[in-house]
Amino acid sequence: MGTRILSSLIALALVALGAIHPAAADRFIIVQSTTSTQNSGLYDHILPLFRDRTGIEVRVVAVGTGQAIRNAANGDGDVLLVHARAAEEQFVADGYGLSRADVMYNDFVIVGPGSDPAGVAGMRDAAAALARIARAEAPFVSRGDDSGTHKAERRLWQEAGVNVTGASGSWYRETGSGMGATLNIAAGMGAYAITDRATWAGFGNKGNRRILVEGDPKLFNQYGVVLVNPKRRPQAKAGLAKQFVAWILSEEGQAAIASYRVDGRQLFFPNAGG
Amino acid sequence: MESVWRIFAEAVGLILDWDSDLIEIIGLSLRVTLAAVAVSCAIGLPLGATVGAFRFPGRTAIIVLLNALMGLPPVVVGLIAYMMLSAAGPLGPLELLYTPAAMMIAQTILVTPIVAALSRQVVEDYYCEYAEQFASLGVGPFDRVTALLRDARYSLLTVALAGFGRAVAEVGAVIIVGGNINHATRVMTTAIALETSKGNLELALALGVVLLAIAVAVNGAAMTLRASAVRMAYA
Repeated sequence: MGTRILSSLIALALVALGAIHPAAADRFIIVQSTTSTQNSGLYDHILPLFRDRTGIEVRVVAVGTGQAIRNAANGDGDVLLVHARAAEEQFVADGYGLSRADVMYNDFVIVGPGSDPAGVAGMRDAAAALARIARAEAPFVSRGDDSGTHKAERRLWQEAGVNVTGASGSWYRETGSGMGATLNIAAGMGAYAITDRATWAGFGNKGNRRILVEGDPKLFNQYGVVLVNPKRRPQAKAGLAKQFVAWILSEEGQAAIASYRVDGRQLFFPNAGG
Repeated sequence: MESVWRIFAEAVGLILDWDSDLIEIIGLSLRVTLAAVAVSCAIGLPLGATVGAFRFPGRTAIIVLLNALMGLPPVVVGLIAYMMLSAAGPLGPLELLYTPAAMMIAQTILVTPIVAALSRQVVEDYYCEYAEQFASLGVGPFDRVTALLRDARYSLLTVALAGFGRAVAEVGAVIIVGGNINHATRVMTTAIALETSKGNLELALALGVVLLAIAVAVNGAAMTLRASAVRMAYA
């Protein structure tokens, strides 16, 4: 009786382990990615095209740029697709990546409530707009997570001559979360926020909020692709990863990016080899 | 109020639609969580029963530890599992990161203390009744543990269901070690997190209603099994 109970427990555990045994699909790579490319639906559009062409499955882990870079540095990815050029170049210089290339661009925008308490609507100068938000002490929600968007935001504050660290917790709120979570919080607080245009376009919880500042060249948002140094990846993924990078930079990959539309608007503009 | 009904209608629509992506996500949620609960029971029930049925030095410390581990934050468990399974970690060569197996491991770490701590309490209550009989009949340690587990089996089913509830509802651990990869490691909770981050709050809530329905179905199935087992026992 006693042994029967024990053996049935062990049998149960073995059946359970069998049920989740990893599928034998070997032709896949892992892309450590920023979130905007996933949340906007770009991957759902271009990755099936790549799969049809090569039979390679691309598994996307979409986290913030900061976390994506750290994960890739640990060797937990074959390709890095993020938007923080300086950090990407440092990644290659440190030996974690083999090569980096421009893939596409779009731009950041400053969004805020329709009532616009700081009066920045229509401004072209992003830094001046931020300075005005700071003067009005109007609530501003920051990613605060070392992501690509957060890095760009910090550059703009610096340019505006505003020390946001001192204001953190008052009108300046750091969420430490992804873009979508931050936009949800901004919606709840009637706050301003900086977001990439692609995430904003695909975002469902806009409410009465809209784009208030856009078109400043400093809001330029470049996405790069990095081939991760395969020294930490034991199996032969390097060849597949190389194929993916070559494809996304090729005419076909670039055309696939350009053809992705949300509500008739192009969200990403390919600029490989530029 | 109106939006509540809309969310509910959307949830029913999601279920009736029988969308193949949703089925895949539900299936993976159930596979990962049931596997984790099964392994947790295989470890936690004998462990809990042993601690419950014997008196030995350091026992109180073990009970305190097991009870405290019930409160393990999922994110911390996810981070520990990530650091172990990462290519840079000690278990990297197994290549389990971003697979359902990794998610099951993380949930097992999360649920085993719950199963062990609760079954310890259940078994100890039974043991108080049985102690004199065991002593007078000269029952050996192994037979004690299995006899207690057998007689407490209906109460232990509730313990397993508590573990299931914890595992099926957590997002912090599986999103770190699973990566929320479409068609590979996306489960109900990570799908809810993703839709929330896209601002699709109604769809996210509708998925939450579906998750609740799954939990109700699993608990209902367990209780039905229990009822028929009880009937058989007294037939």
